[in-house]
Amino acid sequence: MAGRRTPSDSARPVRSRPWTRFVLPSYVFAVMAYTLVPIAVMIVYTFNKAPNQRLTFAWHGFTTEWYSKLFQVQDLTQALWHSLEVAVISSIIATALGTPAALALARRKFRGRGAIDLVVVTNLTAPTVVVGASLLGFFIALSIPRGILTILIAHVAFNVAIVIIVVQARVSGLDESLEEAAADLGAPPWVAFWKVTMPLILPGIFSAFLLSFALSIDDYIITSFVAGQTLTFPLWVAGAVKVGIPPQVFVMGTLIFVSGVLIALASLVFQRWGDHGDTVRT
Amino acid sequence: MKSRITPYLQSAPAMLWLGLFFIVPLVAIVSISLMTGNPIDGYTLTWNFSIFPDVLDQYSPQLGRSFLYGGISTLLALVAMYPVAYWIAFHGGRRKSLFLFLLLLPFLVSFIIRILTWQFILSDEGILLGTLKSIGILGDDAHILSTPTAVITGLTYDALPWMALPIYVALEKIDRDLVEAAGDLYASGYQQFRRVILPLSAPGVYAGILLVGITNVGDYLSAQILGGPSTTMIGNIIQTQYVQNGDYPVASALSMMLMLALLVCVFVYARVFGTRTIQEYS
Repeated sequence: MAGRRTPSDSARPVRSRPWTRFVLPSYVFAVMAYTLVPIAVMIVYTFNKAPNQRLTFAWHGFTTEWYSKLFQVQDLTQALWHSLEVAVISSIIATALGTPAALALARRKFRGRGAIDLVVVTNLTAPTVVVGASLLGFFIALSIPRGILTILIAHVAFNVAIVIIVVQARVSGLDESLEEAAADLGAPPWVAFWKVTMPLILPGIFSAFLLSFALSIDDYIITSFVAGQTLTFPLWVAGAVKVGIPPQVFVMGTLIFVSGVLIALASLVFQRWGDHGDTVRT
Repeated sequence: MKSRITPYLQSAPAMLWLGLFFIVPLVAIVSISLMTGNPIDGYTLTWNFSIFPDVLDQYSPQLGRSFLYGGISTLLALVAMYPVAYWIAFHGGRRKSLFLFLLLLPFLVSFIIRILTWQFILSDEGILLGTLKSIGILGDDAHILSTPTAVITGLTYDALPWMALPIYVALEKIDRDLVEAAGDLYASGYQQFRRVILPLSAPGVYAGILLVGITNVGDYLSAQILGGPSTTMIGNIIQTQYVQNGDYPVASALSMMLMLALLVCVFVYARVFGTRTIQEYS
């Protein structure tokens, strides 16, 4: 469409342009700084002396009081405990259910595959508010009492799809001839699977588990529909907004953040040491 | 392992769970939406199809607002993050994974806490307005909370990493030789971007739009915490009707319409790019 340029004015490599050297990087760092602002706010305000045991916008002086009184708000601690419980159990169930399905989807062509793909994609893309509302309708219709069990069921339902996607990506990147080679060398199918395939897809299973855990512990919208009287951490915090947030909420957020960073850094180091160039895709 | 029924056995547990706790409830809300009655005496199926025009009539402002806020925040996130993803993918150098890690840090902070910190930042006497007011740039009656700006700020912030990730993956996949070839054929830097890089990153862009758009249109926590009575979104209505008022038919009808509207968007996307790309990027 555009007129051709003469060789002399456009043969410069892209790299040397001021645009990519100064303008773009400055912009990128500005955006990164912006994304970090709320995190900084959270961390800074855990050290604010809050007079009424509630977070205030005004700064009252530095204190580490809230870290030592971390578990003082009993309901909040209880809610955090519920969240952890649901996250661990739902991630385990979802990983156990999703991994075999991912193996089938990645390796085999069978009738109904397209339908399964469609269900998984719909699950991933459905608005959470609709998923939550429809599940609540379902539980009410069957008069299943809402509580920790219904929260678990809901969390497994949205985590299964995540596990299938993540593990499937890992399995389809594998060379199937490895397992065949094991079979040629006389390994029975189950031995070939456990000794060859399993160790190779284990990182994928592990990252699927971590992702499930993170999504589960963070979920507010679906949980708010199916929780009944049971409160998880996000539900408790949302409920406390009207009366004021105890500083412990930000302290817990900070501790979760710090451990998340440490886990991420550890897995990065672990990956560098282990198989290079074989990083887990998201 | 290689028998015909293996893939079915492998995917059966996951599909049973998704079928029972995702597909069945989704279909069930269709019948719930056609019921009439009240929360005390219960509901009976009366094939009340007029609920759809009624609900549409009553809640069209909230529905319109959801798509407006969702659309604006998605667009803002796209415009903000494309250059960032581009710079990291093409000019990130050896620190690529560090930049990506910084960008994804908000994921490690609980969703509810991220929104709460925005309430902190945007409140009338908070960090931003308080400072601007004390310098005298803004009048004392200036406020952001409870306005559409506040809700869109929250929605956009939450969208940033979700938007950046699929775009980055798409850009990273582009064969650098293609870009170089364009340069060898005397395409200017702009032309290389416009004719080679941009079209090749399109699937990532659409995946980002889809992921973020659906999440934000259905979101109600931002509107609940940062917004006011004039910024209610459709998610808020579904939540209050279902959980607080017990008006299941109305909430179900609204959920269905939201789901249908979004399904149309997904369907169009799948037609253009195929379902594989949704899985790949989500």
